Amino acid sequence: MTVRGIRARGLARFGFVTAVCFGYAFLYVPIVLLVFYSFNDSRLVTVWGGFSTRWYVALFENETLLRAALRSLQVAVVSASLATMVGLAAGLALVRLSGIRRALLLACFGSLLVMPDVLIGLSMLLLFVNLDQWVGWSGRGLTTVALAHLTFASAYVAVVVRARLLQADASIEEAARDLGARPGQAFWLVTVPLIRPALISGWLLAFTLSLDDLVVASFVSGPGSSTLPMVIYSSVRLGVTPEVNALATLLILAVTLGIISAALINRFFIRSDP
Amino acid sequence: MKSPAFVRGVALLPLGWMSVFLLLPVAILLRVSLSEPRFEQPPYSDLFALAESGRWAFEGTLQAWRWLLEDPTYRDALLGSLTMASLTTTACLLLALPMAWAIARAPLGWRTPLLLAVILPFWTSFLIRVYAWIGLLKPEGLINAALMATGLIEQPLLILHSNAAVLIGMTYAYLPFMILPLYATFSRLDEDQLQAAADLGATPWQTFWRISLPLAWPGAVAGCLLVFIPAMGEFVVPDLLGGPESYMLGTALWNEFFRNADWPTASALALTMLVVLLAPLALLQRLQRRDEVVS
Repeated sequence: MTVRGIRARGLARFGFVTAVCFGYAFLYVPIVLLVFYSFNDSRLVTVWGGFSTRWYVALFENETLLRAALRSLQVAVVSASLATMVGLAAGLALVRLSGIRRALLLACFGSLLVMPDVLIGLSMLLLFVNLDQWVGWSGRGLTTVALAHLTFASAYVAVVVRARLLQADASIEEAARDLGARPGQAFWLVTVPLIRPALISGWLLAFTLSLDDLVVASFVSGPGSSTLPMVIYSSVRLGVTPEVNALATLLILAVTLGIISAALINRFFIRSDP
Repeated sequence: MKSPAFVRGVALLPLGWMSVFLLLPVAILLRVSLSEPRFEQPPYSDLFALAESGRWAFEGTLQAWRWLLEDPTYRDALLGSLTMASLTTTACLLLALPMAWAIARAPLGWRTPLLLAVILPFWTSFLIRVYAWIGLLKPEGLINAALMATGLIEQPLLILHSNAAVLIGMTYAYLPFMILPLYATFSRLDEDQLQAAADLGATPWQTFWRISLPLAWPGAVAGCLLVFIPAMGEFVVPDLLGGPESYMLGTALWNEFFRNADWPTASALALTMLVVLLAPLALLQRLQRRDEVVS
């Protein structure tokens, strides 16, 4: 190869490595700085006033935030658990069903994955308002937030479950059927344990999505039921506050631990697969 | 082929759920968009009213839709959304191509950590990731402080509350959605073809542009759709990072609903958004049916 060829190749590799490093830096620098400045004693973002945990203390004295966090956790646990059930049924239907019903399910769940939040939020709110008119059910508050979250989160669970079902060996369920299990029994006793990792990661995904949602919750929640993102949003609108940095750091820590444990659980289950 | 009774029974749950919580709400959107705003609960007029003759009369109006057509603000919001979503998609594609390629070509033990590093920010709160950029971009923020310290600029750049900030924030928020499908296709590329190209003297760049990229086309299209569709309705990023000129469909809908309490116009905007997104949504479905890019 010519000297020029080698130089061109070196230059290309250099450019490539730069692009990749820039990409990762782009993803992480804002998060790292956010964590870093949560320990800043100064209220100003650009001035380092020494190490301090005062914003964490302030955070745990802020009752509005704490109460909102508790509400968000409640909604996330309930909606993630129900979303896992709907998502499991949808994932199974997407793999085993055929014809018009499958096409309809695919269209609905596929659209929910990417549909803008404002669209989901407004249409859900209109549904709840109309339910109030038709049947007199007006539960606007945490219940409606959970119902809305459950709906869009189930689409994500369905994707995860479907992918795992496609990989899973269908002959094991067939064997159970041959041995006399009813279809429901065979599915519940054989296939569900097989796809357990997908159900766990689906649940975690639904939980995170619910905990993270600002827009849909803003539309469907009622008075006095502001979720954590709604409270963060209103304080962020007023400007950067170090308290939010502290809260963000704790959330990032929780998510990181969650992901690592999910990865470990996954590995454990895959290892223990025969 | 007919599906087994058990599967059809199980399918009733998601089918019923979607009918009530997705299809019915879209029908209600259409119904509310044909009303007038009212100062009562619910804040829109009835579609049918009992006339004095004792007959039900249709009272619907196209007023909200006429507004959307006549008021240039909404046209600007639609154009703003289209422009910003396209720019975001392009920026994500340019950033994600080398990253996805690097992850797919990395030594086997490195791939999972590198991929996890891409997914991790996606699991972190969207709101907080957008918030992080406020501290970076504001006039007395870190980017300006760094640039002024190095003497590159004398006056702070006014990035925050501009379209540039919105573009940065949206690219940042949606980047993982582009990297994942691209990675999925890159990682399934035929190793032999790449080896053959290298053996025949192609540089890594040539291999990338002439072999990998054409083969990764479906992943790239899927990634673009996964970024473009939600970006069209984005509200949080233009609201927190943008200025008055960053008016998008999501912002317009939010303002009509929360500030003006004009539910009919908000509904008409939501339906407009849905109609604009129907074609990309259908394309995404076709791609997904062809292979499992998203998963």
